[in-house]
Amino acid sequence: MELHPVQSTGPQETFVLNLGPQHPATHGVLRVKLTMDGEFIKDAVIVAGYVHREHEKMGENRPWDQFLPNTGRIDYLSAMMYTHAYVGAIERACGIEVPPRAEYVRVITSELNRISSHLVWWGAYLLDLGGMTPLLYAFDDREKILDLLEALTGARLTYCYYRVGGLAEDLNEGFVEGTRDFVKEFRPRLKMFRRLVSENIIFRKRVEGIGIIDAEMCRKYGATGPMIRGAGIPYDVRRAEPYSVYPELDFEIPVDPAADSMSRYKVRMEEMEQSLRIIEQCLDRLPDGPVMAKVPRVLKPPEGDFCYATEAARGRFEVRIVSTGKPIAHRVRLRTPCFGNLSLFEEAARGMMLADGIAMMGSLDLVIPDIDR
Amino acid sequence: MTAAEPIRLLLFLVGAATFVGLNAAYLVWVERKGAGRFQRRAGPTEVGYAGLLQPIADAGKLMSKQLIVPPGADRMLFRLAPVMMMPPAIMAFAILPFSEYLVGIDLNVGLIALFAFSSFNVIAVMLAGWSSRNKYGIISAARVVSQNVAYEIPMMLVIITILMLAGTLSLTGIVDQQAGAFWNWNLFALASNPLMPVTFIIFFVCMLSETNRAPFDMAEAESELVAGAYTEYAGMGFGVFFMAEYANIVIGCAIAVILFLGGWHSPVGVFPGVFWFLLKLYFMVFVVIWVRWTFPRTQFYGLLNLSWKILIPISIFTLLLSAVMIKLV
Amino acid sequence: MKNIFKEVVGGFYSLTVGMGITLREFFRKPVTVHYPRESLKMPERYRSHLIFTSDENGASTCIACNLCVKACPTDCIIVEGEKKEGEKRKSVTKYDLDFTRCSLCGACVEVCPTDAIVFSKRYNLAATDRQQFHIIDLCKDLEERNKKKAR
Repeated sequence: MELHPVQSTGPQETFVLNLGPQHPATHGVLRVKLTMDGEFIKDAVIVAGYVHREHEKMGENRPWDQFLPNTGRIDYLSAMMYTHAYVGAIERACGIEVPPRAEYVRVITSELNRISSHLVWWGAYLLDLGGMTPLLYAFDDREKILDLLEALTGARLTYCYYRVGGLAEDLNEGFVEGTRDFVKEFRPRLKMFRRLVSENIIFRKRVEGIGIIDAEMCRKYGATGPMIRGAGIPYDVRRAEPYSVYPELDFEIPVDPAADSMSRYKVRMEEMEQSLRIIEQCLDRLPDGPVMAKVPRVLKPPEGDFCYATEAARGRFEVRIVSTGKPIAHRVRLRTPCFGNLSLFEEAARGMMLADGIAMMGSLDLVIPDIDR
Repeated sequence: MTAAEPIRLLLFLVGAATFVGLNAAYLVWVERKGAGRFQRRAGPTEVGYAGLLQPIADAGKLMSKQLIVPPGADRMLFRLAPVMMMPPAIMAFAILPFSEYLVGIDLNVGLIALFAFSSFNVIAVMLAGWSSRNKYGIISAARVVSQNVAYEIPMMLVIITILMLAGTLSLTGIVDQQAGAFWNWNLFALASNPLMPVTFIIFFVCMLSETNRAPFDMAEAESELVAGAYTEYAGMGFGVFFMAEYANIVIGCAIAVILFLGGWHSPVGVFPGVFWFLLKLYFMVFVVIWVRWTFPRTQFYGLLNLSWKILIPISIFTLLLSAVMIKLV
Repeated sequence: MKNIFKEVVGGFYSLTVGMGITLREFFRKPVTVHYPRESLKMPERYRSHLIFTSDENGASTCIACNLCVKACPTDCIIVEGEKKEGEKRKSVTKYDLDFTRCSLCGACVEVCPTDAIVFSKRYNLAATDRQQFHIIDLCKDLEERNKKKAR
């Protein structure tokens, strides 16, 4: 049976619809100016910048290590990976060797953070589609992750746990057991999520074949992460530019060639399972030893240009630092994934129906402060 | 008609109006409590024992709020819309037979009158959306109309199926034919139509759609249209829409109970009474709440496709099938 | 035709599965904590605003060395100290924290040579007035805690 969207007919009167800055579907202060033809989107213009906070500029007017708390606030849902990219860039510049235990702990916490981020997306996406209950189920599990990370780092979202050269503190007592318990509990929950939502006919009708974003468009706009993997390209920074201990770990990069909202959904759901695998392996291999390398009190990276990229929950996050050998950065450039992921919305939304456009926007997994930074 | 008859009817209508108000208020409580349980929360707990006074607090809040008419709106229609929403719902209660004796008027065209009243609310929602000078409201108004047109048809086809079985339009008549134990209910009238459960499901889906309930709440789709036709309403203007929504749910479920589940007759054949009617009615209401808190919303064209491509063909088929079966038996 | 039939039946089945799951959750206990009535214990490392630690006499060990002031990314700490008669080190006279600017990063706690400041576990921080968080006076806070202990 073909249940494809009907096409709009002929030239008609259009009207402008302001989606946001306060709108339930934009998850924050994003504004999209839609030119509508009835229920069809004729044209979409994104107005970003409502939560611009000058993070890059802030990086340039303070000592290197004092920028750390900011990194967790760019994308508050995957703060670990963002901090990782920043400390990674400085470590690469200064040639600091991070102790292996610290690297493993970084990977464990990053992957826990990735699961919690994907859970928020999953719940919020279903909320966009009008189902409220999955959000609460997702937050139930996310709460367990946040409790673990809170006991470890002292904060629930803006962890600021990594330091240049290692970690702020070693693992707390009970973290390893708690994480193992969580992994064990979360597998059946994922199965339940699949039966409750992924196989649900109403949900499938809403996302299958909706919001096609193919590999070509991803390339054009620089979309990364689950977006490009949902378009069939197995690009993952963890494999493409291996960092930390990822090369030693055995995990797969989920790919789906269908390029619609459903394939992006599937990729993220599969990523959660792969994250669980990574966590298990890291817990098994976790070495003993120090968690902090010897780092000079005042950081002075040598002159030059350094890059470090991590695979954040939404895609490639890259920090590029330009140092002039002084204790303050010359330039801190943050390449955030959501900006590229969002910018293709204008092109992809053209000709869609309003509800489909929102179903697509949800599948982009946007965090607005990450776009504006 | 005796002299006491108009007084009795008046009392019944006053009773019905009270019932509608209280019922709506406490269904909101049930809904919030139920949603809480489905989502493993507690729901309202603070106002009164288990939050039982919450609806009264909510009503107080809604009533004390200012009624704002947005600039540029059609003042008269904007005010008229919520007013038009309520009376049809209360009128419908005058026809519903709660039990053998507890019935306002036993009209011999009760079923038709009931549907006439219950399809009135679409006009109110459309007026609300159109008059509030809000783009979301206008989209919502357009959606509501096409949705109701689409779902009225399979609903009527299902009702014709029942009518052929019953041979009467009187609601008490239809219920009386289902007396006895549960195998006499129309839901299990498999001898005259083996697809009767399917017919019931179609009726239930149409009922959800007619009352604008999730997963068919196109008019209110909060993640797309903010609050749809009700976006601009404040205070009791919004409260009336809310009350009418719940009243319509109760009417829809009551029709389902009357047509399919044997009305006030008990499933085991003894002790018929209003108790059984309410029990079945609130079970159906629970199912409606349960559905709402389980599924995501359907897409708009998906909804129309479901009606035109799936429900209408099936209901025509069941209609013809039962016609043939009745002729043969 | 066969496909349509399959889709309708399969779709209907998926809906009943979903309803089964929510019904099962319906009869399970809520997982929420009813906050003002019950509250959770904060973990050991929980980070709320700074407080002083104290030695056995109830005095702060802060030596007003200003390391935390320099380490702070947002310049939210003001420390003043004086050298008392017959003491080797400075002792603190004023330690004000502008909590509206603090990002709870922990740089000050890490850098402190005498472990004089730690994170408190006070999470019920709410006020109707913004001014209350502009200055959190750590010296006064320590005094008050000492008084409470003495009582």
